[in-house]
Amino acid sequence: MTTSAVHPPEQRLEPARPSWPDETGHFGVFGGRFVPEALVAALDELTEAYRAMRADPAFQEEFARLQRDYTGRPSPITEVARFAEHCGGARVLLKREDLNHTGSHKINNVLGQALLTKRIGKSRVIAETGAGQHGVATATAAALMGLSCTVYMGEEDTRRQALNVARMRLLGAEVIPVTTGSRTLKDAINEAFRDWVTNVETTNYVFGTVAGPHPFPEMVRDFQRVIGDEARAQLLEREGRLPDAVLACVGGGSNAIGVFTAFVPDDGVRLVGLEAGGDGVDTGRHAATITGGSPGVLHGARSYLLQDDNGQTIESHSISAGLDYPGVGPEHSHLHDIGRAEYRAVTDAEAMEAFALLCRTEGIIPAIESAHALAGAMRLGQELGPDTLLLVNLSGRGDKDVETASRWFGLGDREEVDPGPGLDTDQQPTEGAVTQGDAVAGQDAGETA
Amino acid sequence: MSALGTRIGAATAEGRSALIAYLPVGYPDVDASIAAMVAAVEGGADVVEIGVPYSDPGMDGPVIQQAVDVAVRAGVGMRDVLRAVEAVAAAGAVPVVMSYWNPIERYGVDRFADDLAAAGGAGAITPDLIPDEAGPWLAATERLGLDRVFLVAPSSTDARLTSTTAACRGFVYAASTMGVTGTRSTVSDAAEKLVARTRAVAPDLAVCVGLGVSDADQAAEVAGFADGVIVGSAYVRAMLDGRGADGVRALSGELAEGVRRQAGA
Ligand SMILES: Cc1ncc(COP(=O)(O)O)c(C=O)c1O
Repeated sequence: MTTSAVHPPEQRLEPARPSWPDETGHFGVFGGRFVPEALVAALDELTEAYRAMRADPAFQEEFARLQRDYTGRPSPITEVARFAEHCGGARVLLKREDLNHTGSHKINNVLGQALLTKRIGKSRVIAETGAGQHGVATATAAALMGLSCTVYMGEEDTRRQALNVARMRLLGAEVIPVTTGSRTLKDAINEAFRDWVTNVETTNYVFGTVAGPHPFPEMVRDFQRVIGDEARAQLLEREGRLPDAVLACVGGGSNAIGVFTAFVPDDGVRLVGLEAGGDGVDTGRHAATITGGSPGVLHGARSYLLQDDNGQTIESHSISAGLDYPGVGPEHSHLHDIGRAEYRAVTDAEAMEAFALLCRTEGIIPAIESAHALAGAMRLGQELGPDTLLLVNLSGRGDKDVETASRWFGLGDREEVDPGPGLDTDQQPTEGAVTQGDAVAGQDAGETA
Repeated sequence: MSALGTRIGAATAEGRSALIAYLPVGYPDVDASIAAMVAAVEGGADVVEIGVPYSDPGMDGPVIQQAVDVAVRAGVGMRDVLRAVEAVAAAGAVPVVMSYWNPIERYGVDRFADDLAAAGGAGAITPDLIPDEAGPWLAATERLGLDRVFLVAPSSTDARLTSTTAACRGFVYAASTMGVTGTRSTVSDAAEKLVARTRAVAPDLAVCVGLGVSDADQAAEVAGFADGVIVGSAYVRAMLDGRGADGVRALSGELAEGVRRQAGA
């Protein structure tokens, strides 16, 4: 299977459109619309406007121009040979979404939805955000296009991601800390829906991932699929072959769907989604929705979710604010159920080990979200063995995570962060850290000393 | 024959609107919430909407969220809800469950319908389930003759008013304003317009209005154009303020006077 996946370059030209969702937004049994009737008209309007826009060459041209001149697309592919030494001999290629303007893949989707907002004549956008990356991207697009912008963010997350709160405010957005429920991303989404239903005449909801009611999962996928479309062409160009596996972290699932979509028809390519395993799926403190959840309805769609016997959403846990969500997009649930993609959990400790490793073998500080995908590559590389080719979507950069990482690795408090020549292995990681983090830190400190 | 339709029809025959009271199960605890529902009936409610606590109540404002949050944390579930259904039926009002969809789906759609019917419930109001996605629920309610209440909103097109009312049995819930639950100081004209548009496509279905009614004067105003007046946040406010079953009974009394005022006016 490792060498059979060679395709002639012609095949890359018009990437296939998946056969799902159906007209009403169903991916197999998942997806659909579970929303108050008051939102149906707005969702219908959005669906129609989006379909018209998608077919409009003028829009396609404007969108392509923004992606090139503003975001900086195409994002490059970087082979990371020193990192790959820890991946069982596999070759590892990164798709560099971290180099996009605003620092993650989120901008891809937001520019599309902001253009759509203008097209339907609305002047205000709202968004939910967890890590703050989608909020920052939305605030950015709103500034660029002269829209007013309100971002809902769980109060808990405004503390974890204070830097991004400041960025959004600098960009002119209003940031509203959400104090209801668990005060995290899921409650920010609830508040954003409440705002939308009240202000729908003037306001468009710019949803940040491939979850939510139809048409969001389809629309956000279409805006994000540029990641995989580019990567597939780039690989064929430089390697003359397709990868053996494509890996991405999965929160709501937008960067993963973005990189997977072009490869879905390529049967020889394994698609692997890495969910946030938190303290470990068996501890109950995790955000591994497909690995540890069950089908149900949350935030407007049927999909896997973390829920108890009464159908109440269970709070998720992850070191990564961007993956700390108890739901997942319906297309992932479908890809899982039909066996086209596989989903695995990566613990906080494993993700932070991969985070440290990429920093010090390659000079790239990844987002902690993306570090989950890197950890998945370390494990899959061991399984698949030498000479296999792994494509990892590096969904974002880690500037926003410096404080969390410093705390995890015990690099001192905010006043005196002094990592020295390598990570200081004498210091115990602070709360929550387990031994794997130490092991790699030790190994690498030796290497760099 | 629809239990809700019959009761609302009886109110219409008396030349008044029906009073529909919402209270969630489990605030401040299960027993006290059931006592409050019974008190709402004693004060004059014709129908009680028995709220199933849910962790992500996207259509509810802060008042209902606050009460429901307590119930969710206490682990209140469908068994408790069914107990409330029996108590409301015994008190002489028509019990109808109000639930976001996931708790019903998790319990099992057919199992829920069977147990609800056995407990004497009329049916359910499902605020985040639109008929387009309701296949199994339509089948289960058909099988058991249960009522099913969907919502219409000021933003609903005429085509949707037609398809949604066609799927309803018992009544259709007209969400009077675009927004979430909570008391409002004025009744919006959107409500009356929505009721007129709904009646035009479904002349035989009762139309009840909810979202925002908090006192007797507003109840009287809504009763002037709707078959039923739905009051939620004002009841929950009484519970949050610690006025308890007595406060709920008194509020029902005032609202029951309100829904009758149109007859003499
Ligand atoms: C860098 C990065 N990657 C991944 C995610 C997770 O979102 P999704 O699963 O939709 O890609 C986030 C969310 O904030 C993020 O900031």
